[in-house]
Order: sequence, then structure tokens, then C-alpha cells
Amino acid sequence: MKLQVINSPFNEEQVQLLNDLLPKLTAAQKQWLNGYLAATSASDVIVEEIIDHGAPALPAETAPQKTRTVTVLFASQTGNAQNLAQKLTFELQAKNIEAEVVSMAKFKPNSLKKVEDVLIVASTNGEGEPPDNALGFHEFLYSKRAPKLDHVRYAVLALGDTSYEFYCKTGHDFDDRFKELGAEQLLPIVECDVDYEEPAAKWFTDIQNILAQATNTPTAENATAPTATGGTDYTRNNPFAAEVLEKINLNMTGSNKHTVHLELSLEGSGITYEPGDSLGIVPKNNVQLVDALITALGFDANKLVTDKQVTLRDALINDLEITVLSKPLLQKIAEFTTHSDFQNIVAQTSVKDFVYGRDVLDVVEAYGPFSWNEEQFVSILRKIPGRLYSISSAQSAVDEEVHVTIGRVGYESHGRERFGVASTHVADTIEIGDTVNVYVHKNPNFKLPAEDKPAIFIGPGTGIAPFRSFLQEREETGATGESWLFFGEQHFVTDFLYQTELQAWLANGTLTNLNVAFSRDTDQKVYVQHRMQEEAAELYDWINRGAYIYVCGDEKHMAKDVEQTLIQIIAAQGNKSEADAVAFVKELQQEGRYLRDVY
Amino acid sequence: MTEKIKIAPQDGSFSDVERIKTESNYLRGTLAESMVEPISSGINDDDNRLMKFHGSYLQDDRDVRAERAKKKLEPAYQFMVRVRTPGGVATPKQWLVMDEMGDKYGNGSLKLTTRQAFQVHGILKWNVKKYMQEINDVLLDCIAACGDVNRNVMCNANPFISSLHKEAYDISAAISEHLLPKTRAYHELWLDGEKVEATPDREMEPIYGELYLPRKFKIGMAIPPLNDVDVYSQDIGLIAIIENNELVGFNVLAGGGMGMNHGDDTTYPQLGRFVGYVPKDKVVDVCEKLLTIQRDHGNRVERKNARFKYTIDRLGIDAVKEELCKRLGYELEELREFSFEHSGDRYGWVQGEDKKWHFTLFIQSGRVKDFDGYPLKTGLREIAKIHTGEFRMTGNQNLVIANVTAQKKKKIEALIAEYNLTAGEHYSALRRSSIACVSFPTCGLAMAEAERYLPSLIEKLEVVVDEAGIRDKEIIIRMSGCPNGCSRAALGEIGFIGKGPGKYNLYLGAAHDGSRLNKMYKENIGEEEILAELTPILQRYAKEREEGEHFGDFVIRAGYVAATTDGTNFHKELQNV
Repeated sequence: MKLQVINSPFNEEQVQLLNDLLPKLTAAQKQWLNGYLAATSASDVIVEEIIDHGAPALPAETAPQKTRTVTVLFASQTGNAQNLAQKLTFELQAKNIEAEVVSMAKFKPNSLKKVEDVLIVASTNGEGEPPDNALGFHEFLYSKRAPKLDHVRYAVLALGDTSYEFYCKTGHDFDDRFKELGAEQLLPIVECDVDYEEPAAKWFTDIQNILAQATNTPTAENATAPTATGGTDYTRNNPFAAEVLEKINLNMTGSNKHTVHLELSLEGSGITYEPGDSLGIVPKNNVQLVDALITALGFDANKLVTDKQVTLRDALINDLEITVLSKPLLQKIAEFTTHSDFQNIVAQTSVKDFVYGRDVLDVVEAYGPFSWNEEQFVSILRKIPGRLYSISSAQSAVDEEVHVTIGRVGYESHGRERFGVASTHVADTIEIGDTVNVYVHKNPNFKLPAEDKPAIFIGPGTGIAPFRSFLQEREETGATGESWLFFGEQHFVTDFLYQTELQAWLANGTLTNLNVAFSRDTDQKVYVQHRMQEEAAELYDWINRGAYIYVCGDEKHMAKDVEQTLIQIIAAQGNKSEADAVAFVKELQQEGRYLRDVY
Repeated sequence: MTEKIKIAPQDGSFSDVERIKTESNYLRGTLAESMVEPISSGINDDDNRLMKFHGSYLQDDRDVRAERAKKKLEPAYQFMVRVRTPGGVATPKQWLVMDEMGDKYGNGSLKLTTRQAFQVHGILKWNVKKYMQEINDVLLDCIAACGDVNRNVMCNANPFISSLHKEAYDISAAISEHLLPKTRAYHELWLDGEKVEATPDREMEPIYGELYLPRKFKIGMAIPPLNDVDVYSQDIGLIAIIENNELVGFNVLAGGGMGMNHGDDTTYPQLGRFVGYVPKDKVVDVCEKLLTIQRDHGNRVERKNARFKYTIDRLGIDAVKEELCKRLGYELEELREFSFEHSGDRYGWVQGEDKKWHFTLFIQSGRVKDFDGYPLKTGLREIAKIHTGEFRMTGNQNLVIANVTAQKKKKIEALIAEYNLTAGEHYSALRRSSIACVSFPTCGLAMAEAERYLPSLIEKLEVVVDEAGIRDKEIIIRMSGCPNGCSRAALGEIGFIGKGPGKYNLYLGAAHDGSRLNKMYKENIGEEEILAELTPILQRYAKEREEGEHFGDFVIRAGYVAATTDGTNFHKELQNV
């Protein structure tokens, strides 16, 4: 699409510059630029500039007089919702709809009184809570201070993962509350599972059509055309086959852990990434599990299924998710069986307890007979989602390589050994020289601060991954800011991930402080938060000196305990009440100085 | 207050270890901080040097060194702790604690050393202090178990004459006590002892001074006819003189030592030279004065030439005697008569003159752990629980369950049977006469396997001795993983000193009673050649040996090697055929 003043938010001069530049860019350069814009907009600098200064520069005659302004708000943890929100905004602007995109963290609650059309793209954290950048807005909206929204029209696009109990809950929270506060719903809420691209694109089209009608702007023929800024060359649906250069189990014999350090070649892909980004790995299912499932189903492994006309066995190995159960999936399965126990299970409000530690094979083995055929069975399964892993390298240090640090998930449940799909695929199947299908997932909300800012990294277990990337970057770029890492694992001798690298960084000053906690080496379990508590005074000093705090790793326990500790430290060291300390932490979060990449 | 001990300047500057000692504030260094630093399980080199004086030093599991480096993990650093037990004597209560601590903090086994001490491997840095505290509760310590000081004083473990053993043990313990470093550093660092203000040198270390000795120093005491402590290999060797069933004094040897470096003929094993006879009441004084001669004249520039043996060879034994006389204020007497029969142990039950019983257990390579079908460690623990006598570690890495009453004997016999413990009856005499040092995986100096390899090599040699009909012939066979001499391989009738993985220098011709060093017969050979070389020699020995002729003497008579008449010709005259 050639940019014009009419189809873009840019003025004549900008359009000319862009049209001169864009066609000359290589795919890799475009990709870089895309990432750059996405990343820098984490602080909303670029995007806001475009909105603040670009939009008013539009020639007056092209701007419809009675147009309503669209505010696109995003609640995003890993960046998916943010990327979608930005993409949507560009598309709207391309249609001359006045639109701005704002992070919920930056959105001032009292401007709710002034907004007109609000489009929300919201993801949900694991236990149904809003992403970090939306906590404040969510809370405000549900407080008594929330204003009437009679003047507002809205729509919500909810991102989620059906394998979690509180699927798309945050999106629903916003949808419900806007409704309660009197806002007019433009479109019913749309829920997206991990494979969100298609439903999101459809919602984009629908919403644009509604807005276009509402503002009497003729629907241009390019209404559904994607914009030039969309996507990267390699995605979940079009991953890059990266060769495995190195694969190391970082744990020693005797450890309870199995952590794979994987070095992949990106040579020739043009893929770029920044510290803090994630790598998507498109996994394959365990072959033994697939064979067991086919046997249990009594199906023909070679039967051709799906439009792609692949064999059932190949489809189950490569394309479909069979290790995770969700309520929607159980409901679909229920249509094919009359087993009363199973019907009772599906009828429950929460299936959380049932789905935990069970997979499709468990259901097939226990609740038959089923009336499905191969094709019907395949049609109820969702596409196997890519698994995201924090990248543990910096390109400034490793060039055309990407490293990830993957904890192998394996446990026994209901009498059978269970495997994390991607982690065991990588740990057990992949060898040096093989390829892994990957794509980069930008995480604009988890980036290093300015090079001179102090940074505190809290990353036990595989949570250390992004911090290895950060430290590589800081070492390579000669960053002057201090860095402090808190690391924890079970045993010093077997589980001290990247020990020699960390020691070297400590020796050469890349790392200012390093505190470690090994929970199972002592009678009393010691975790990173205990080490933080020991260093309370210095930590508080760092925070007062403007330190950025990063947390990566387990969400359920670690991240919560760390946050609680942070609040305690701030309260004790700063002579604050607990409420004030909580507010202080919230403020850090709003300022983008308390950042989390938790899972 | 006397004046500070000053060491006269020497040609060349003192080695770096001397600097470390000077700066250490009497062995403290920065150990207090290093031992709690949480990012590495190792400590810096300077502190590790000092750690030796506290009976411990840093090692790593070399089996996993490369694997760990690949996994971005530092080496599996761990501390070896050597527990000082003068004369190798431990009470049952002490044994139980050593047993428990080996499991609690160490790698689950105990090593009985060739110097009658306990060695525990695999202790993590953060556990060293706890270890020291827990053994302190049963009056065991590690002071001066390593380092440039007088080490564990060895004493004959002879169970035959109980009253003599008791007296000899008391004297060796007194020597050990007298020559202990006096610094409070050990108590401060490990036992949370009160910090003591540094006092002027003589008071802090009246014998050693702040530089301590130029190198390690070893004292051992033998009671003829047994030379189980290898008395000739000691810096000071004391040979008990028994007259009318009474211990009257000692023939004193000076300047023995086993260590050398490959490819450096200025280093060599050496045997002690006779200095004279001293009545028992003066023996502590004689030891102190000999030690101070080494303190003042030992080479502090080159550590590899720093042992007392080199000092004596440099000064001449007569000059040393003269200096000793000057320091003592009297001359030593003429040597008295004695005779050694052998340097090995006598296994099984014997009854002492006081009617108490003693059982000498064969312990392969001194390794106490539970083996498949041979729960040695458990068995000894059960014995320790009911034993009312004592345990004596021998210089041959074996163990004597000593001073068993006639009443307890049956119970202990039952336990020995229950746990398959053995006096080694079913083993060849060759195996029963074997010593191996620790070597891989924990010893940082190891070049080739020793403890983990010698048993299997002996198994192959046993086929040869069986066929030759000399299964009951005691041939002293020793293996060290490096040339530093922990197994006293230079005193083996068959000696192996590691050169590289799977490769050894083969030495032959030491005297069965420990009075003559061996000589290199073949250099740098692997198992196949070892067997090919030794088989015909053993076969010939079986056929051609004279009445009572030991293997070490036979190989010289048969012309395989020339006799090493002195350490200084250890490297010469490889063969005289």
C-alpha cells in the first residue's frame, strides 16, 4: 500500500519521506523498524508523538467534522495486546478515523469523562487478574469513583488461553463494567485463544466497519488490507527453522531440575530481537503420547484429516494440542459421549481440579465410548500454541544467534508421566544440528532502562534468562548503570545456572551485586525474597536512586512473595504505612520502574 | 619476652608461600570472609595455602570438572579435611563421630591415611566450620594436619606389647602436642574462640615464628621388629630401643622424605640418616631442636627443594649433628642395636601381654565405606557402639580394633562375621601388602589413578602369583598417582608412580623392611606392559629365590635394577645388567 495523506496519519512531507524510504527497506530492516517502534512506544514516546503532532497536521478538509475520537486502550503483559492495539490504531488512522493508542498505565482515569469511543484490547494473567499495566485502571473502574459512561461507546477484544480457568477474564471485567457504567456496546466481546490472529483480524474489520458507518466515512476498498506495519516475517504460523548450535543441560546429575540452555542460529533469517523479548517455539507432541492416544481412540493413524490432508498421526504430532484440557474442549468432547460421569464433570462450574494433571488421553481412556470419527475428533482440538521463552542472549554479544533457557517440565500424575510439550520436545528430542521452529515475540514492556540507570534483577530458576540477556547487553554496550541480580534455585552445587558467567560479570563489574539463595541446601528454605530482606537498606537506597526493578519467573509463588517483600522493605526502610508502601509500588509500576515477566 | 624469630636471608627471594605466611597474621589471612562468601564454593589461593595449616584444603571433583565447565558451573569445589590423631589412636566415641560426620558433611566415606589420620573428602565450604565444631566436641581437631608445620606424629600400632605401645603412644602424643602451632587462629576461625590480640612473635609461635617451616615436617616412631610407620621415610624417624622389655630411648633418624618431581633430578626420595641415640626423656627436646634447624636452614626460595632431606644433603649430616649438639648443649649417644623384620601389618587376632585382644582388619587402600556385600563402614560403626577399647589406624591404612576384653571378643567376632569384615585371609599376601594414595578424583596433584585402580591391577597380578605359587609371599606393592609420595611408593618392592592417565613409572627393589629405596625399572608404561614386565620377574622369583629372600632383594640380585644406596642416586644407574 502506498501511503497517501488520505490513507495515513501523516502530512505531505512525512508521506513523501516515508514513501521514499519504505520501498527501499529490506525485510529485515522493516522488521527492525517495526520492533523499534513497538519497543520505544513502551514509554509511548513515538506513538504519542505521532498522535499529538501528526494528527493535528492532517489537512482540515480530509478530517470529517463530526467525527468521534477513538481511544484504543490496552492491558498487556507480554506485548500481544499492545501490538494489536497499535496495529488497530494505525488501521483506524489509515481510514481517517481519529484514534490514539494509550497504555492503561498511562491513561488518566479522569479523562474517562472526555473519551468518546473506547476500544479495549485486554489480556488476562494466569489467575484471572489484569496485566500489570492495567491494575490501576481496573481498580479505579471498579471503585466508587468510576464516572458514568453514558457518553461512551466501547468494544472489547479479549486475549486469553483456554487452558486457564479464568479464560479472558480481564476482558470480561472491562466489558461488564463499561456496560454497568452505562456505556454503549459497539460489538459483543470477542474472546481469542492463544492463536488469536484470525479472530483479532475479524474483530478489526468488524469494528472498523461499524465506526466507519457511524462517522459516515465511506468504507474504502482497502478497508481490510493489512497495514505495512503489521507483523514480522516469521510468526507462529510462519516460523523460522533455526538450527541448534548448542544444547546443554545446565544442571548436574543429582539435581531435581533439568534446565536446557539452547543456542540457535538465526543466520540468514534477518530476525532481530532485543533483550527482554521472547522466543516462540512451535513444539511437537511426544510421539509415544500420540501413538498411545491413537490406540486408545481405536483410530487409523494414517487416515488423512483436515483440509491439509495430513495423516492423523502427523496432525497430532505437529499441529494440535493434546496435552492441555480446557472447559471449552471438555464441552466439545461431551457432545460425543454419553458417559454420565463425564457429563457431570463438564456440568460443574469449575473444571480446574479435573483438568489439572490430565490430558486428552486421560479423557479418552476413561469416558468412552465416543461417537466421533477421526475428522470430528481433530476438529475439536485447538492448534498447538507456540510456547514463549524469555530470550537469554543479547544480539550485541551473540550476533546471529539466540539463546533460550528452558526448564524441562515433567511430572507424574494419575499414574502416568506427563511432559511439558515444548520443554520436553527440546530437552528430550532435539539434538545439536536439528532445527527448531521459532519466531520472535516482542516484549516492549520488559526492556532495559537507560544505560546509566541502576537495575535490580530478581530471577530465580529459569527466571534468570532475560537477565543474562540484559547483562550481556550491558557488558557489550559498556553501560554505566549498576546491576544487581538476585538468583535462587534448589542446590548450589547442581543448580547454580550460569554460575561461571555470573562470577565473571561480578569480577569485571558488569554485575555490581549478586545475591543467591539455595532453598534446599539448608534446614530452613531460603528464597530470593529472604536475600532481598537481608539487603533491605541497600535495596531501598537503590530504589531511591531511581533503580528499575525486574522480576522474572514463577508467578504463583515467587512473584507474589517478592512483591510482598518489596512492600515490606519499602514500608520498613521508608517509614511508610503498608498502604503507602503498596501505593509506592503501584507508582513504580505505573512509572515503568517495576517490571515483571512472570509465568 | 624473647626476640622475634628471624630467618636469615637466602640466595634468591623467598617463595610466594613465605609471603602468604608473613602476611597471614599467624594463619588467619582472610579465611573468615572467604569461607562464608556465597558465590563460589572455592576460596582464593592465598587463603587455601593457609587453610592447609588448619588441616584442610580445597580440592575439586576432577571426574566432573570438564562437564561442569561445559555447564557453566565452577569446578565442584570441596574441602578435604584431615583429622589429627597422633599415633592413629581414636576412641570408639570419636570413631562414631567421624563416621557420622563423613555422611553428614563429607562424601559418605572415610579414608585412613598412610600417616594414621582420618581424611574426609567432599566437604562443602559452608560446612567446614560445622564439621570442625562437631569433631571438636569429641576432642578431635585438624590443627597442623597439613601445612608447613609438624604433621600428625606416627606411632607403631603394634598390638603385641601393650605396655610398650601405651608408652610409645604417649611420647608421640607429647611430641605432637609440643610441636603444635600455638596461634589461636584455629580456635577463632572454627570454634568461635575469643579473638586474641597478636602478641610478640615468640609468644605467639615460640617454636615456629611467623614464617613457620619452609615445608611440611613429619615424625614417626617405630617399635622393632615392626617398621609399619616406614620410619626411614620421616623427617625425623624414631626407632624405639627396648631393653629388658622396657622402652629406654630412641635411635634418631633425620631427613627422610618421599616426594619428588618428574623430570627434575634435584628432587628425589630420601631415607633418614642416623643422628644418634637419645634417652626417652630427652626425645621431645631432640625433635624440637632438629625442627628448628630445618626452620632456620631449610630452603625458603625453592619449595621443591625445601624438605629437611635437602637441607641435610646440602649441609651434610655431620654439620647437622654438630648444630644439633650446639642447640641441645649435649651430644647424642652411640646408636643402639635393633632389627626390623618388615613394614607390613599382622592381620587377625593377637593377644597382648595384658591378656587383652587386638584384631587387625585389612582395609583396602584405607577406604572405609559400605561396599556391595561388604558393609565395612556399617560394620565398624556397630563395633564402635559396643567397643570399650580403642581403634588404631596403622601406617599401612589398616585398622586395629585394639584392647578388646576377652568378654567382648565374642561379640566383636560376631559383628566381624555379620558384616563380612575381614583380616584379609582370603586375599593374596600381595594385596594385603598394598598401599594406594587417594589420587583421582579429588586430589589436585593426581596424574594417574591410584586408589581406584590398584585393586584391579592386583587382581591381575594375583593370577600370576597364584600360578607361580607365591600367593602367600608378602611383596610390598604401592601406588601413587603423582610423585609426591603419599603412598610411599619409593619404598615399595613394587612401586608405581603416576605419569599420566593410565601410565606409570615402575620401580623395583626397595627393601622389605623399608630400609632401602627402590629404583625405576620402566618409565611411563600402561597396564599391558606392567603385566608383561612383572609376570616373568615374579615367575623367576618364585623359582629362583633364596631361602627367606624378599622380592625387593631378589630383583637386585637378579640384576633387574641396581640397589639405590642413597636418595641422591635414586635417579642414577637405571639397570646394572
